[in-house]
Amino acid sequence: MSAYHAETAVYRATVPAGEPWLTEVKAGQTLRILDLEGNQAIDTLFYSVANPRERYDVQRTLRRQGNVYLGVGSVLYSNLGRPMLTITEDNCGRHDTLGGACAQESNTVRYALDTRHMHSCRDNYLRACCHDGRLGKRDISPNINFFMNVPVTPEGGLTFEDGISAAGKYVQLKAEMDVMLLISNCPQLNNPCNGYNPTPAQVLIWN
Amino acid sequence: MTDTTVFAEERLPGGGHLSFVLKRGQQVRFTDLEGGANLSLMLFNANEKSERLNLPDTLKCQHTAKLTRGHCLYSDMGRVLAAITEDTCGWSDSIGGVLNAAEVEEKYGVGRYQELRNGFFRNGTDNLLVEMGKWGLELSDLTMPLNLFSRVDVGADGSLTFVEGNSRAGDHIELYAPMDTLFIVTALQHPMDPAGQYAPRPLQLTFSRADESVAEHCRTSRPENQRGFINTHRLFA
Repeated sequence: MSAYHAETAVYRATVPAGEPWLTEVKAGQTLRILDLEGNQAIDTLFYSVANPRERYDVQRTLRRQGNVYLGVGSVLYSNLGRPMLTITEDNCGRHDTLGGACAQESNTVRYALDTRHMHSCRDNYLRACCHDGRLGKRDISPNINFFMNVPVTPEGGLTFEDGISAAGKYVQLKAEMDVMLLISNCPQLNNPCNGYNPTPAQVLIWN
Repeated sequence: MTDTTVFAEERLPGGGHLSFVLKRGQQVRFTDLEGGANLSLMLFNANEKSERLNLPDTLKCQHTAKLTRGHCLYSDMGRVLAAITEDTCGWSDSIGGVLNAAEVEEKYGVGRYQELRNGFFRNGTDNLLVEMGKWGLELSDLTMPLNLFSRVDVGADGSLTFVEGNSRAGDHIELYAPMDTLFIVTALQHPMDPAGQYAPRPLQLTFSRADESVAEHCRTSRPENQRGFINTHRLFA
């Protein structure tokens, strides 16, 4: 069991299904992202508070750990080569960072042209960025999909499997610098990443 | 009838960086001159540069982690920036990315201009940023570059292994542009290439005009790509 109890958290917010969330995590604080009801993909990006052009870098993170999946011990590196956060606890076991976030435009390609007006993560990101003012479209880069299972095959195939998450699964990260956390609680209904039933998630922060 | 008139040839030395626009209906062939080349690539819509190569969208809509002949390279707006019409080495890598200056020094040691003149140790991040800067692009526009000619295998446990010898002398990859696409490229060793010596390899670039029929096998390789081409054609309707 985690040493961190919800009652002692300094920040606790429930993110409804299909909505964006933006908050800050200070260096040294611990962040928990909690899948409340199970099989919910949480599309996540991190930015440096000091310089919002500095952000999570998928390729450097995977290259430096020599592994394509994220889990306990994974250090999330920035595009300037600095550690942003470290995954310290994880009772889910595997998280994707190759599959990116869904968008109206990619939905038209992946599923059908008439899916354009279904809600999407990148629309969520843009909404949060435009309101916050520090971030814009060009800052929306390839993200982490916590609780999402996207295995890569030895032949170089990419497959989308049913989620391995369940109610109460969480991932916990220690911030190595002051970061902005940008979440889209994924509204995708065209594939099994949310079990065809998007549900709320929770964000908790401890000092 | 396919008009494949060559209109330009250019040699990109190892360590070099280059940018150019392929207009709709043009293609470029990259040829590995000595074997073991790696070309890091970013793509943008030349007319609206906030639209750019999105590798996650590219990978998931074609259910692939590697990229080769028949695949399309997608923008974040659901359009095809380039189609891979030919590929004799069979695998380009989406995972490895590029090194920055500190990582190059850590891997190869100090190699400054002051001592080495134009043989100085360059790095993919700075080479791409410099070339992007010439078009008004900056750090936030550098997302996930694609490494042409390189192969990284993923094990059952997710472990990554660089595969040596993926590209031999004479191997080539051809990209067709179904829209006006800005190419940003640099020829540097793949970041996971275990060779401890800084020795980037040169490539030859051959530019030609082409009919869109050269990309027909890419368009029809899966229904996703047919829809990607529909989105792309709307730009020119």
